[in-house]
Amino acid sequence: MTDSETGLSGSSRTFRLSDIRPTTRRRLSRGASYGVALIVVLLVVFLTDWDKIQRNFFNADVASDLVPAIFRALGNTLLYTLVCFVLGTLLAVVFALMKMAHGPARWFAVAYIELFRGLPALLTIFAFAFMIPIAFRVRLPGGTLGGGLIALVIVTSAYNAEVIRSGIEAVPKGQREAARSLGMPHLTTMLHVILPQGLRIVIPPLTNEFVMLLKDTALLFIAGLTAAERELTTFGRDGMTTHGNSTPLILAAVLYLIVTVPLTALVGKLEKKLAVKK
Amino acid sequence: MSPRPGLPSRLHARDTPDPSAPPIQVVGLRKSFGHHEVLKGIDLTVERGEVVCVIGPSGSGKSTLLRSINLLEWPTAGQVRIEGIDVLDPDVNLDRVRTRIGMVFQSFNLFPPMTVLRNTTIAQEKVLGRSRSQAERVGRDMLERVGLQDKIDAHPSQLSGGQQQRVAIARSLAMNPDMMLFDEPTSALDPELVGEVLEVMRSLAESGMTMMVVTHEMGFAREVGTRLIFMDDGLIVEQGLPRQVLSDPQQPRTQLFLSKVL
Repeated sequence: MTDSETGLSGSSRTFRLSDIRPTTRRRLSRGASYGVALIVVLLVVFLTDWDKIQRNFFNADVASDLVPAIFRALGNTLLYTLVCFVLGTLLAVVFALMKMAHGPARWFAVAYIELFRGLPALLTIFAFAFMIPIAFRVRLPGGTLGGGLIALVIVTSAYNAEVIRSGIEAVPKGQREAARSLGMPHLTTMLHVILPQGLRIVIPPLTNEFVMLLKDTALLFIAGLTAAERELTTFGRDGMTTHGNSTPLILAAVLYLIVTVPLTALVGKLEKKLAVKK
Repeated sequence: MSPRPGLPSRLHARDTPDPSAPPIQVVGLRKSFGHHEVLKGIDLTVERGEVVCVIGPSGSGKSTLLRSINLLEWPTAGQVRIEGIDVLDPDVNLDRVRTRIGMVFQSFNLFPPMTVLRNTTIAQEKVLGRSRSQAERVGRDMLERVGLQDKIDAHPSQLSGGQQQRVAIARSLAMNPDMMLFDEPTSALDPELVGEVLEVMRSLAESGMTMMVVTHEMGFAREVGTRLIFMDDGLIVEQGLPRQVLSDPQQPRTQLFLSKVL
């Protein structure tokens, strides 16, 4: 039986969602999503054992135990990051220039960059901390930590070499031509004209690499750090084991975020500023 | 540097400018990009003090010819002699020869991170070995010559196109070049800024500078040029006194080109 047969057409035809005005529909759907969110929050609040969470993740007693030492770990994280970034970036400039040259220098740079970008950083750290010292019976300066740091310098240089090369290639070729026509030799042109401009272009991606490296220092745990050498993650993990509690990891996480979130925001700002200049 | 006594002077002679030789001498110059031959055998001698203007349709090889003279483009065949020096000889210090050839580009190519003054001093210091104060004195003089003494501390991005091009000229002049190459120096400029650049070039020509100018400015070529060269399809088609070539071209291709641009 259809509506028309029963004589009900017009007054009570089937209700369709599209009959509601668009503004009303939008308001309804937003209201529904707030409602669902509220229900989820209430469920979480009532069904969670807050005591347990506080005891395991936000334990004030455990936290106060960690307080002076965790800043040393934060200091180590920052120190390792800075050292690896500075050395890695200097090395990256050399490899970027080598990759843009011709002949064996270029082949070597290509192989180096592909190798260390292709391997997991963890494996490279392990190789330099243990495999290479054992295989060749050498002691790297700084022991296993030194080996791990060398590995991070190498990994950073491989990544940053590509970033820097892209920056150098983004400098208009007229800059090189102007410098060369003034009689500047190749290297002088690179160092005084091209590199300063190329590096400026890649400040945002390099800051990004810095944040990545900061997090990658956590991988140094595999090098087996002594108490004084520990960085944030290792410190948090050790604290978790000794206290049988997750508060140390939460604290470490908060300290990471205090450093990385402003840095990431800075990258966004720098990118905008450079985009405006163009 | 003088040759050491007892050594054969041959090596020395190869690298030393000969004041009696023509500033620019090009013989049988050819240049190909891949399979495309842009220059098909150019013979050209520019004497001291000449202002040679080069005109021709786009793609005729004018810019490539100019860029082959200071070897921004490496010729496929032929000879390039600068003040008697065979610059294609691998034993010749090309950078040293280039300091004597000023070059001005269509797109200015100033160094953006540097101030106007620094643009004029960096090559003096790094290439000629002048002290900072000496280089700045020369730089200031040259910037005054192009009328930009009050823009010394500005950055290129703060200047108009015409001002940027005048800085570029000052930057080249600061190296005390024996000759100047201009590659369409006013083509990127707004029409109202063309005059100030041509004015600087005119005074430079009047001072006796040897110049080679690739240009579309027929008025400049007529009034300032001492010789006009018309190029088409990688060859010099016609050359002579600018007035003569412009008003009474002999070759059909020159006539066709001039009928389109004049």
